[in-house]
Amino acid sequence: MNRNFSRKYLGIPYFIFLLIFVVLPLLVILYYAFTNGEGQFTFSNLINFFTDPNTLGTLLYSFCLALATTVVCLLLAYPVSYILSQSNWKFKSVIVMIFVMPMWINFTLRVTALKEILTLIEGNLAFHPFLNSIIGMTYDFLPFMILPIYTTLSKLDRSLLEAAADLGAGKRQSFYRVTLPLSMPGIVSGVSMVFLPAMTNYVVLDMMYNSTYIMGSLIGSYFSAYDWHNGSMIALILLVIICLFTLVTNGDEDTGVRGGTLV
Amino acid sequence: MISTIILCLVLLFIYAPILILAVYSFTDATTIGTAGSFSVQNYITLFTTEELADMILGTIGLALCAAVIATILGSLGAIGTFYSKRRNQMVINSINQIPVVNADVVTGFSICILLVVVFGAGKDTFFPLIAGHVTLCAPFVYLSVMPKLKQMDSSLYEAALDLGASPAYALRKVIIPQIMSGIISGFAMAITLSLDDYFIATYTKPATFDTISTYVVNATRGSQTQIKTALWALSTLIFVIVMIVAVLMNVRPFRNDENAAKAGTKV
Repeated sequence: MNRNFSRKYLGIPYFIFLLIFVVLPLLVILYYAFTNGEGQFTFSNLINFFTDPNTLGTLLYSFCLALATTVVCLLLAYPVSYILSQSNWKFKSVIVMIFVMPMWINFTLRVTALKEILTLIEGNLAFHPFLNSIIGMTYDFLPFMILPIYTTLSKLDRSLLEAAADLGAGKRQSFYRVTLPLSMPGIVSGVSMVFLPAMTNYVVLDMMYNSTYIMGSLIGSYFSAYDWHNGSMIALILLVIICLFTLVTNGDEDTGVRGGTLV
Repeated sequence: MISTIILCLVLLFIYAPILILAVYSFTDATTIGTAGSFSVQNYITLFTTEELADMILGTIGLALCAAVIATILGSLGAIGTFYSKRRNQMVINSINQIPVVNADVVTGFSICILLVVVFGAGKDTFFPLIAGHVTLCAPFVYLSVMPKLKQMDSSLYEAALDLGASPAYALRKVIIPQIMSGIISGFAMAITLSLDDYFIATYTKPATFDTISTYVVNATRGSQTQIKTALWALSTLIFVIVMIVAVLMNVRPFRNDENAAKAGTKV
C-alpha cells in the first residue's frame, strides 16, 4: 500500500479552491482590464488611466499619503517597540498586548471614535484633509507597525550590544550600527503592513469626511458605476504596485501580523 | 522616565477616543463634548432594535461560517501540500501568498467580478460573500498550520501505520493532535479577519444584509443620532469583550513556555 496516498490528496480541495477563487479572479481582472464593453481587446482603459489627470493625481496623492502615514507610524512605533523590548517589567507581555489589542477591535468602530474626538477638537474635519487622513490612518494601522518591530527587537541577541560596548562603541553608536540594522526585517515587514493598506483603505477617509481621493476609492467609484473595465484596470495597476512592493520587501514575514494572532 | 512618557502618550492616542466614547455611551448626550446625564438607553437600543441585532448576529454568523470552512480547507490544504512534491509545494505556497499580500479592495472586487458579473451568481444567495471571506481567511489558516507540520515528529505517523492503524485513523489520532495549536490559532485569525473586513463584504454582500463594518460606514453617512449613539455602545461592548479575551489569553494557566513566548510577541 502506498502510504503517502491518503495524505497527499487531502490538499486537492484547497488547491482547486485557490485556483477558482484566487487565480481565476485575477485572470478575469486581466481580461476585463484589456477589453471594452463589447468584449474587444483594447488598451483604452490603460490609456484612460495614464491620460486622465484625475486618476494620475489620485495615484500621486495616495502615494504621498501612504508615504506620510508610513513615516508617522514608523516614528511612533519604533520608539515604543524599542522601549518595550528593552524593558524588564514583570507584566511586559500584558503591556505589549495593550499596544496591539486595538487591531482586534473592528476598525470602522475605532475610526468612528477617532472621528468624534477630532471633530470635537477641530470643528470641521474637512479643513485639514491631508492631516486628518494621516491621523486616521496612523490610528488604524499603528498596531500593525508596532508588532513586527517589537517582535524583531525582542529577538535581538543582547550579547551583540555587549560586544559593541566592549569594543568601545557608545550607546548612540551601538544603536545605529547594531540595533537599527538588525531590526530592519521588522521595519520592512511593518512598512509593508502599513504602506499598502494606506494606499487602498479608502473607508477610513470616507468615514472621516465623506470624500476620498486614493487608489482604493477609484475602484469603489467605478464599481458603483458598474464600470467593470476601468475598475479592473485600477485593480490591475494596484496589483502591479503590490507585486513590485512585495518583490522589493520580500514580504513573507508579515503574514502573522495581519491576522493579529499567533502563528 | 522619558520612555514612560512616550509610552503613555502613544497609549493616550490609541485609547483616548475609545474610552471617551465608552464614557459617552453611558449618557444621553448625542454629541461628544456636550453634557449629558447617565443613561443606559444606548444599550437598550442596541439590543432591542431589530436592525442592529440582525447586523450583529449576521456578522458573527458570517465569521463563524467563513472561519469553519476556511479552517477545514486551509488545514487539509496544508497537510496535503506538506506531503506533496517540492515543486507543487512551491506553486501552492505562491498562490496562497496572493490574498495575503493583496489589497482587500482588489480581492473583493475581483471575486465580485468573477462570481457576480461573469458567472451571474446572485449576491442574495450569500455564496459570493462566504466565498470571499473564506478566500480572505483560508490562506492564513494554511500559513498557521504549515509550521506545525514542519515541527511535527513524522516518525509517529509511520509508527501508527506499522502498528496497524489505517491512514485515515492515523491522520485523526496522530497528525491532527500534533498540529492542533496551529489549527486553533488559524481559526482565531480567520474569525478576526472576517469580523474586521469591510471591503470584501461591501463588494459581495446581499443588498439587505449588513456586517458591522458596512453598517457602521453607512451609519456615519446617515444622520440617525439614535443609531449613532447605539454604535458607541457597540464599540464599548466590543472593546470590553476584546479586553476580556486578551486577559484570559494572558492568564491561561495551561499554556506552556512556547506559547508564553508567543503570547508576548504575536498574540
